[in-house]
Amino acid sequence: MIALDVMTVLLVCTGLVFFVAGTAGLLRFPDFHSRLHALTKADNLGLGFIALGVAFQMTDAWSVAKLALVWMLAGLAAASVAQLVARAALDRLPDESGGEHKG
Amino acid sequence: MTEFLVLAALALLAIVAAGLVRVHLGPSRADRIISAQLIGTGGVAIALLLAAASADTAIIDVALVLALLAAFAAVGFIKSASRDGAGDPEETEEEA
Amino acid sequence: MTAALLFDAGLCLLVLVVAFSAVAGRGLFGAIAFFIIYGMLIALAWLRLEGVDVALAEAAIGAGLTGMLLIGAWSMLKQLGVSGLPGGPSVPLRIAAGAVSGLVALALAATVLALPDGREGLSPAVAESLGRSGVDNPVTAVLLNFRAYDTLLESVVLLIALIAVWSLTPRAVWGGVPGLAQHARSDGVLSMFGRLLPPLGLVVAIYLVWAGSSQPGGAFQAGTVLAAVWLLVVMAGLYDEPPASSRNLRLALVAGPGVFLAVGAVGAAFGVFMGIPEGFAKPLILSIEFALTVSIAVTLALLVAGRPRRPA
Repeated sequence: MIALDVMTVLLVCTGLVFFVAGTAGLLRFPDFHSRLHALTKADNLGLGFIALGVAFQMTDAWSVAKLALVWMLAGLAAASVAQLVARAALDRLPDESGGEHKG
Repeated sequence: MTEFLVLAALALLAIVAAGLVRVHLGPSRADRIISAQLIGTGGVAIALLLAAASADTAIIDVALVLALLAAFAAVGFIKSASRDGAGDPEETEEEA
Repeated sequence: MTAALLFDAGLCLLVLVVAFSAVAGRGLFGAIAFFIIYGMLIALAWLRLEGVDVALAEAAIGAGLTGMLLIGAWSMLKQLGVSGLPGGPSVPLRIAAGAVSGLVALALAATVLALPDGREGLSPAVAESLGRSGVDNPVTAVLLNFRAYDTLLESVVLLIALIAVWSLTPRAVWGGVPGLAQHARSDGVLSMFGRLLPPLGLVVAIYLVWAGSSQPGGAFQAGTVLAAVWLLVVMAGLYDEPPASSRNLRLALVAGPGVFLAVGAVGAAFGVFMGIPEGFAKPLILSIEFALTVSIAVTLALLVAGRPRRPA
């Protein structure tokens, strides 16, 4: 029981570190594509470690399977969005960063 | 254990709050939308921690729905960023 | 306990900050981004209030469908060349609106604080009759059995909302196809995403309806998930929206309220209109839920898609 709790604490803390790193990158990196790079790491690894940590607290296999599905869905969403938004920003970034605040 | 899980959720909430700065500053719309995406993933993780903290597995379903629909705002955005508002940023190569 | 209190205080603060940013932000797009985050935070707040059913609905509607709807509306404004509100309301009007909102908030807070402690409302009555309702989830029991009238009328309200949207259609495209003709690179990431996610969404939706009889879930949450994945299929350019004049589409729209009314009529034969006969409660409730899921999904998807814009 204690071993399971230790695993949860370790994994959840690791996940938090990735979320901190991702958010720091989001705030500190100089341009959009670098920020995107920081963020996709946080999305996949941060949530992955936290889901794994939470899995050690679950008592049934069904819940563990659902946790895995949550992580897969979030990973799929993050990967697709990163790719598409990166491409959209590549075409459009120069004329967008200007005129927005005037709206 | 419950205490730890809720504290971890609180820490994540603080991290998510820091991400709001980027949503506010932008400068590009793409910046705002990917920040919202990161905050959404943070929300999924918070829901998972709360599910373990309250030992209520039905809460995982909320995380499941959040994760399933996480990309929808961003998909709407990339559609609107295309030339006629109905395309896809990857199409430009084909057309050119 | 203190950790939970701290979390709740932090969440409340964050909800207020995000709500303020959404309302006070100068750019439309920034306001939409904040509103999407607001929906996610409200879902978390409902989790903390132990309203998992509501949290599920908020996660699907607030964080999923509404974001798509608002960004679609913004995109349409952009296509028309409108970049923001022209000036917006005058300062006195804004102050007046702020004052009225503040007063409503104060009145609500006063009401909540004036409620007697330790009250249970109608929960004991629901718990007492739960065994006869046919389902184990008290929320589903209330929505589809004890107060079935309310839910029937709500499903009709959704239908009326769609009719109101359709009534804006110009004569030339009446009965036509809603939205713009969507296209995407056929071997691109968007098409791949549009092919991978919908099957998973379908499984999650069916699971939510089925689970709704014993744990949080139900037709509304499942219907919203289905509506969202259908919109994704359309946006990925895989299938076009059906024309509003399609007979199958209209049948799908009325299936939910129709089955609900039919069960109500069966109830009338057993004594009470809309009274669900005890022995058959579970199968009847599940058939209403599945039919409602289809109708809610189609109605919500068409509400987001908007009025017909192209001839059929």
